[in-house]
Amino acid sequence: MKATFKIWRGDAKGGEFRDYTTEIAEGMVVLDAIHDIQRTQAPDLACRWNCKAGRCGSCSAEVNGMPKLMCMTRLSDLPLKKPVTVEPIKAFSILKDLVTDVSWNFEVKKKIKPFRPRPPDAPDGTWRMQQEDIDRVQEFRKCIECFLCQDVCHVLRDHQMHDKFIGPRFLIHVAALEMHPLDTENRIAELRNTQGIGYCNITKCCTKVCPESIQITDNGIIPLKERVVDDFYDPFGWIWRWLKKKSDSKIETRNS
Amino acid sequence: MPNYETFEHDVLVIGAGGAGLRAAIETSAAGVRVGLVCKSLLGKAHTVMAEGGIAAALANVDERDNWKVHFADTMRGGQYVNQWRMAELHAKEAPDRVRELEAWGAVFDRTKDGRILQRHFGGHKYPRLAHVGDRTGLEMIRTLQDHGVHQGIDVYMEHTILSLLKDGDRIVGAFGYERERGRFKIFRAKAVVLATGGIGRAYRITSNSWEYTGDGHALAYHAGAELIDMEFIQFHPTGMVWPPSVMGILVTEGVRGEGGILTNKHGKRFMFDSIPENYKAQTADNEEEGWRYTQGHKDARRPPELLTRDHVSRCIVREIKEGRGSEHGGVYLDISWIKQRLPNAAEHIKRKLPSMHHQFKQLADIDITEQPMEVGPTTHYIMGGVRVDPDTQMSRVAGLFAAGECAAGINGANRLGGNSLSDLLVFGKRAGEFAAKFAKENSLGTIDSGKVETIAQEALVPFDRRDGESPYQVQKDLQDTMQDLVGIVRNDAEMREALGKIGDFRKRTENAAVTGNREYNPGWHTALDLENLLTVSEAIARAALERKESRGAQFRDDYPEKDEQFAKVNTIIAKAADGSMQVRLEPLPGMPDNLKQIIEEMK
Repeated sequence: MKATFKIWRGDAKGGEFRDYTTEIAEGMVVLDAIHDIQRTQAPDLACRWNCKAGRCGSCSAEVNGMPKLMCMTRLSDLPLKKPVTVEPIKAFSILKDLVTDVSWNFEVKKKIKPFRPRPPDAPDGTWRMQQEDIDRVQEFRKCIECFLCQDVCHVLRDHQMHDKFIGPRFLIHVAALEMHPLDTENRIAELRNTQGIGYCNITKCCTKVCPESIQITDNGIIPLKERVVDDFYDPFGWIWRWLKKKSDSKIETRNS
Repeated sequence: MPNYETFEHDVLVIGAGGAGLRAAIETSAAGVRVGLVCKSLLGKAHTVMAEGGIAAALANVDERDNWKVHFADTMRGGQYVNQWRMAELHAKEAPDRVRELEAWGAVFDRTKDGRILQRHFGGHKYPRLAHVGDRTGLEMIRTLQDHGVHQGIDVYMEHTILSLLKDGDRIVGAFGYERERGRFKIFRAKAVVLATGGIGRAYRITSNSWEYTGDGHALAYHAGAELIDMEFIQFHPTGMVWPPSVMGILVTEGVRGEGGILTNKHGKRFMFDSIPENYKAQTADNEEEGWRYTQGHKDARRPPELLTRDHVSRCIVREIKEGRGSEHGGVYLDISWIKQRLPNAAEHIKRKLPSMHHQFKQLADIDITEQPMEVGPTTHYIMGGVRVDPDTQMSRVAGLFAAGECAAGINGANRLGGNSLSDLLVFGKRAGEFAAKFAKENSLGTIDSGKVETIAQEALVPFDRRDGESPYQVQKDLQDTMQDLVGIVRNDAEMREALGKIGDFRKRTENAAVTGNREYNPGWHTALDLENLLTVSEAIARAALERKESRGAQFRDDYPEKDEQFAKVNTIIAKAADGSMQVRLEPLPGMPDNLKQIIEEMK
């Protein structure tokens, strides 16, 4: 059996869909078809991939308009009577064919305050954590950085607000740090001021496309939004923290 | 000479998997400027595919564990041709390296009293693998990546190194290209750390991605370093076999650690039939005991499914060859059977092996909580690599270091599962530390611009050939040759045939043509990678020919037994003055008495 793929070919200056027809075997995924086409028809067709098992998050693309990992998208789940379209993700500029410039994501991460653990407090010089206290953080840490959530987030995709909003991937990254039982850093002010959490209006598109089924919106972004609200808009909380800060600084002064 | 963009660092690390990242972090901590070059995006290296865990004698789950037991297990698994000093350092330092990851934000699964949980794995006497479900590698690489990006490391993503640069006898940098525009770059450095991983793409059936073309092995070899133990390739017993497009994708040993069993088409648990003599004392002789072991009963011995990978792979091959294989040419790996033993077994499996559950459901329409998986051996790891000083990780080329899979010595003839991630951490750190030290004691050398220009011109030649054949085809034919002639079962005639074919592939590579331009052109990259694949393939075949015995991962049907003579030697590969590849045998380094005694006591 043969199937036809309409693959976007081009670069930042422009491009077009081109048709490639290739033989289909049982169990094939979209990435297999791309590899076959590379090998036999278009050796310079650019695409990223590594693990081919849904672990590395390299082969993100839009298949028939849906954001997918090409390595986990079975051809048997697609209608093959008409051509399958494969095009690059849309939230980032195109380098070539299916490859986009995702470097912005790596720059964003650098700006997020790193993990800062409390001093070890177990007798052996490490820490104790209970499994139930880390389940949520482990869920967020399943992220494979495929950036499909960034791709479908309308704030990035449609409004191109990359300078004001860090996107679901990095909100989840902040959530994993903030909810880490050992972490002592505070990232709430940046969330509101420079990372733009307020721009997220909870349409949950990110959650729908997450290949790791992370509950990005419900378990990550919404609790972070609540923390922001607590910190900035709750007068009692505000006064309490102000008092606590004063007394903490007194303790620090005494200790120093 | 065209003016190639030039970067200067004290230390250049090539490869950004676990070893490269750990080396870069250590180098940076030592206060020197470090550049980190990786073939893909940061965080995508093959380390993400490591599933089961990091082996370290933390003794959180079984207090009887300590570095001595881990050392003895590693040496036994490696059939005693390991570099003892590396195995010793590894066993002693792995626990600190794991705790360090926790201090950098890694979130391992926990014991009931809140410590890092450890699981059983093949060849490890006690539960020793710190893990996060079956995605430990992802946890490790993400932790190192997120820690590393705040350490002032300059990262060059999607850059490939074509050659190391030397000034006299010492390393002075590297020359390569970036994929995006195809432009050449010069990296000047006082020391270079190779951390490029493995050679899996030399074989047709592999768990490795396109990146693993033996780059570090070949770069080091051409720069004058020696390669050691190249005959020892680990064929992981459980790769997916069906459907064809997923063949080779890894199925974690964790499945067996959690109680999964191997059966043939008659439903027989065949691993009980062939337990090697040196493992008899510590292997269960009945199914009940094996099950109790996986459930943490300390008086029980491990089931034979958890014997070392080389042995399990050979047993699987035997079942298939003798006609007792599964429908699609593998054997069955069944974890669903544990529902006979555990309430909520399906939930338990999904929690312990989430990636496996997802992988089979998505790619093979198999629900592993209900049905057995079909599995067979897949090329997974090379024990051999750059010969290094055990303490400093420096090769015999001044300023050239290597760590992780592309370095060699710790694993001997077979690597235990879980020892790879700990190897990356322990020796990544050491390579970084000593590369930084070397850089502080040396200045930048001189770059030979003539040499650089020659490499650049050679790299561009494939664009000038109009009617040459596709590099993809040459790569595929090489993979078939290595799989069929230098695979799990080897013999003299087939390997000589393979060497002849490798010579032909070299000629075909010299004629391979690429189309398109230099920008992000995978056809071109495939053509450039062929050179390294051919070098490591030749090294594997030559070393395997020289070792006229069966030991660990090397099985020869013309020499099916172990030979005492070969128990005392390593194979060493080096480039001769005339450019040819030379192989020789060298006696193992002498082991101190206290370590000998540990091995004796644990036998």
